Amino acid sequence: MHFSPIPLHIPDGFLSIAISILCWVITIVILGFAVSKTNKALGEKQVPLMGVMSAFIFAAQMINFPIAGGTSGHLLGGALASVVLGPWAGMLVMTAVIAVQALLFQDGGLLVMGANILNMGLVTAAIGYGLYRGVAGRSKVVKLSVVGVAAWLSVMAGALLTALQLWLSSTSQLEIVIPAMLGVHAVIGLGEALVTVAALSFILQTRPDLLGEDSESAKGSRNWAYVGGAIALIVILLSPLASTDPDGLNRVAMDLGFIQTAQSGSGPLAGYVVPFFKSGPVSKIAAGLIGLLVVGAIVTLIGRGMKAKSQIVNHKSGLATPSATASGYSTANQKPQIKNRKS
Amino acid sequence: MHFNAFDRYHEKESFIHRLDPRVKAAVTVVFIISNALLPDGAWVAFGFAWLVVLLANLLSRLGLGYTLKRSIIALPFALIAVTVLFSIPGKPLFAFHLFMSDFTITDAGLLRFVSILIRSWLSVQMAILLVAVTRFPDLIHALEHLKVPAILTTIIAFLYRYLFVLTDEVFRLLRARESRSAAAAGNRSGGGVFWRARVAGNMAGQLFLRSYERSDRIYNAMMSRGYSGHLYTLNPHEMKPGDYYVTAFAIAIIFIVQVLGRL
Repeated sequence: MHFSPIPLHIPDGFLSIAISILCWVITIVILGFAVSKTNKALGEKQVPLMGVMSAFIFAAQMINFPIAGGTSGHLLGGALASVVLGPWAGMLVMTAVIAVQALLFQDGGLLVMGANILNMGLVTAAIGYGLYRGVAGRSKVVKLSVVGVAAWLSVMAGALLTALQLWLSSTSQLEIVIPAMLGVHAVIGLGEALVTVAALSFILQTRPDLLGEDSESAKGSRNWAYVGGAIALIVILLSPLASTDPDGLNRVAMDLGFIQTAQSGSGPLAGYVVPFFKSGPVSKIAAGLIGLLVVGAIVTLIGRGMKAKSQIVNHKSGLATPSATASGYSTANQKPQIKNRKS
Repeated sequence: MHFNAFDRYHEKESFIHRLDPRVKAAVTVVFIISNALLPDGAWVAFGFAWLVVLLANLLSRLGLGYTLKRSIIALPFALIAVTVLFSIPGKPLFAFHLFMSDFTITDAGLLRFVSILIRSWLSVQMAILLVAVTRFPDLIHALEHLKVPAILTTIIAFLYRYLFVLTDEVFRLLRARESRSAAAAGNRSGGGVFWRARVAGNMAGQLFLRSYERSDRIYNAMMSRGYSGHLYTLNPHEMKPGDYYVTAFAIAIIFIVQVLGRL
């Protein structure tokens, strides 16, 4: 199986822990909204649909086409997913795709998964759907061209965010990473735009009902147009600024005190944890507290283990009750059965 | 394609394979966080953390080099971090001239670059080990226990369940394109970039419709078998005494890694 790597999947180790956690917080807040909205709006039927759709995005990323000189382009899918499924569902679908890529294929890290979901799933879906929603009811040509622009911008937004995160983690230098990321993704984004437009025009021709007035896609709030437009505007304004005047951006981050917190190689605890074993009463107290916490956690876990053990013994002494714990763990013996059942 | 063609599970008989998937997922994440917390140049701690990875490899009976062999996957991304070699002020080690500009590698830059790579490399090895000793459906179930919203874990479960079906579909589409794209020797088949992108787009649209219609059939089939919006598993994951002990042991080890990194 061959997956062409996309330089947007950040592996673990490349972002500082402060930035990783910040991105997780933003991602979790947005996903929390997405989950509550979709839980409210969708019936049970939509869950299998979204599952199969996320498999579709995953599989569609395998459809590649040669561009030039041995490189090939393929779909990322954030914009397409949000346009055909609606914004919240699109975000959940992209999240599932990125989560499986990270968990199963190590395409992207686990601690930085929040950042990867934000860059490739949430922002792309917001821009894609937002701009599309803005021209709802217009002619097909207008819709398709706007979707093309949105798809290109969504890739650029992901690249810009990735570059900024790398810079704030002091993994890359702003002067180099911004033009490099934006330059590469301006080309990748063109492929994304072309494929997205072609796919959408194909769907409009063959199954217009899927994108019609009653579809999930048309039900998104009008406000999405403003959200998408605002993000798109930020990307359009920030990209040239960041590439031509990185010092300015550096200074802004410096003034805001953002860069110091983010860049300290060991994260938000740096001030407390780094002087761990050096002298000074505060660090000694902090070290003592952390030590206490760790020992406490270990003791609690061992205590729980003892408790679970005594419960198993109780289970076994009452022979009539079949022990779920014992039977559930003979997985090695169960495996052939499961295989037969599924295949 | 077989249904578990994508699973990286490596069938072996070991106590790590039998651990509760929650424990394995949580310990992996804590290990990765610990790597991120280690300061630059904490060589002893990096070395010790790698010994931990090797030990986990051994205890899983996968062979010492199992994760090492598969860990090059994150290497291409190292390119992104190359700039720190030149950007951090320090003692110059090596200077060269390229593309009309001068580059100087500093000792501080080299230290940071290597530290980033090692952190990434250690983390990716543990993540590889996690899926090698845990069946993916079990991992999804662990996520559910760890309070990931059910709607997300269900979507992920469906994604995993139907990925191989849709991959087969993609292979059929690619084969169809191949078989219709005859080319004379020395000439590439097909038109310009735009034409090729449109073909790829049509294929994606076609795949979308096939997936969409398939999801309808899947839903009907599931309804007829009593689907009520919840997925069940044959493994009633329950924490056993050993699971707690191993978690306690792992926390102790990771704490030692942190202490070594700050001595």
